[in-house]
Amino acid sequence: MWKYIGKRLLQMIPILVVVAILIFTLMYFVPGDPIQILLGDSATPVQIEEARARLGLDQPYIVRLKDFVVDLCHLDFGESYMTGTNVGRELINRFPNTLILALFCVAVSLIFGIPIGIHCALKADKLPDRIWLFVTMLCSSMPSFWLALMLVLLFALRLGWLPSNGIGGWKYFVLPIMANSIGSIAGIARQTRSSMLETIRSDFVTTARSKGLSEKAVILKHALPNALIPIITIAGGHFGFMLGGTTVIESVFSIPGIGNYMLTGINNRDYPVVQGGIIYIAFAFAIMMLVTDLVYAFVDPRIKAQYVSGKKK
Amino acid sequence: MSNTDKKGYLSVQDLVVEYRSGGETVQAVNHISFDLPSGRSLGLVGETGAGKTTTAKSIMRILPDHATQKVEGVIEYDGKDILKLSEAEMQKVRGGKISMIFQDPMTALNPVKTVGEQIAEGLKVHQGLDKVKAREKAIEMLNTVGISQDRVDEYPHQFSGGMKQRVVIAIALACNPELIIADEPTTALDVTIQAQVLELIKKLQEERGTSMILITHDLGVVAQICDDVAIVYAGEIVERGTLEEIYDHPMHPYTEGLFGAIPELSKDVHRLSPVPGLPPDPTSLPQGCYFAPRCPYATDACREKHFALEKVSGSHYVRCIKKEQEG
Repeated sequence: MWKYIGKRLLQMIPILVVVAILIFTLMYFVPGDPIQILLGDSATPVQIEEARARLGLDQPYIVRLKDFVVDLCHLDFGESYMTGTNVGRELINRFPNTLILALFCVAVSLIFGIPIGIHCALKADKLPDRIWLFVTMLCSSMPSFWLALMLVLLFALRLGWLPSNGIGGWKYFVLPIMANSIGSIAGIARQTRSSMLETIRSDFVTTARSKGLSEKAVILKHALPNALIPIITIAGGHFGFMLGGTTVIESVFSIPGIGNYMLTGINNRDYPVVQGGIIYIAFAFAIMMLVTDLVYAFVDPRIKAQYVSGKKK
Repeated sequence: MSNTDKKGYLSVQDLVVEYRSGGETVQAVNHISFDLPSGRSLGLVGETGAGKTTTAKSIMRILPDHATQKVEGVIEYDGKDILKLSEAEMQKVRGGKISMIFQDPMTALNPVKTVGEQIAEGLKVHQGLDKVKAREKAIEMLNTVGISQDRVDEYPHQFSGGMKQRVVIAIALACNPELIIADEPTTALDVTIQAQVLELIKKLQEERGTSMILITHDLGVVAQICDDVAIVYAGEIVERGTLEEIYDHPMHPYTEGLFGAIPELSKDVHRLSPVPGLPPDPTSLPQGCYFAPRCPYATDACREKHFALEKVSGSHYVRCIKKEQEG
């Protein structure tokens, strides 16, 4: 098992190097000039040249790429052009906000999504199932920014129960988590439903029932564990994605998270911020994929057996 | 019948089961009736789709909810109608008094639980054992079915097909049921393993004095194990009697056909003689005798009238015009 984890971690290195080179090249060719944005329209050509030399933007592509990769190997993402702060440190400072958001969103979607899905599967094609299918379809079709604005209107402006933006305590996270979770609750519920429907018709569930177990035990102890794999895939992917910062939600609620930082970086052509952010996202996603695979092994002994024997790559 | 006789006595009367499939009604079981006194074993023999498994699942009340349209009749066990029991009462019967050995050991076990846990589960429910005791008993059951006890914490994927079927048998027998329903317990196994598993089932059944319903399409298996035989065709019993009655004097053309499909070593036979044709479509059964379209002796009368099960002699019954004309 440990050998497998070690191997997966080593495999991540070439992935990250390729991502780094790709994003650097992309930012090199993308139109827009950070100096223009930094100095504004009134800057003189001399000032522009000076700034360009100071930031090393006058160097050819290959030299800049080399500097970037070498710095990266020392875990140095460089300084932001606009604020001069260290990108790595900024990412670390913002990480907790994004992590809280991501963690709670995934937890909430699982806590609500799985029971709804099970309920639907048990009542398949009957009225409650049809109602839930309609509701979840509606929820997953609503764009999260629109939902966010509606929630702000209701809970912050009309009822005044919760703050509408910023950070400063658990209350500030309630609306962003709600706005972000409703869609994924629906997604998880639909996945749970279809996966449970397949499982509750399998032979081993009949075996469990024929032992005289209660219906609850049959569903929770026999059917659900076997239906979990696709749910874990979705939840893991979702979590990895959200660790990269939920840009829209962070912008709407002005949460100083990674998504918001990246968005500002992109607008300002702040290359070190964008590059550092992307590499962090790639890393976070790869780690989440590894964690997801390890959870599979925990849930399904057959997958674990593959890891231990080293058959799976 | 007095009340004391009813202990462990299974009586199925006029069982009708209908499935719903793509808007059509599938008549899976059509008025099946039989009795099984305590300690005896009955073989339900018939082709695939004849309604044998459906009959068994009706007794356990584990028919698939989503597809079952109608279950009617009386299934009396210990003097109570199983079809009228509450779900909680039924849970005590399942696995406790009546348990089932399933056809396909590859899919009958939960892939994410150890075999020990799967055997212990029933013990916790029916005998109220705690975790440690249930595990001990599970190990004992594994030994009974001939599996080494150090495999108790292994998962089904680590077992071979024959071993899995032994685990399925261990699960079924764990709580000392009074009646075992074995649904084609050897169909999915290698020929070499089949004999072992059958011997095991027979041995355990005899040791424990359990009644048994053995579902199979293999008349050889029935001859080895059963006291009574019921031949099932298109969801109804066409002939039933003791093993001797059926094997020595098969009356129904379908039964004769089944025997004709068994190779005889003593004779020099070049070809087996299978029963020609296919079973009728259970969504539209013929009006007369269900077997008439395949029957070599069929007359117009056969195609018009559906016959009742008539007594031949002793406990031997047959559903055929030949018998009606004699009587």
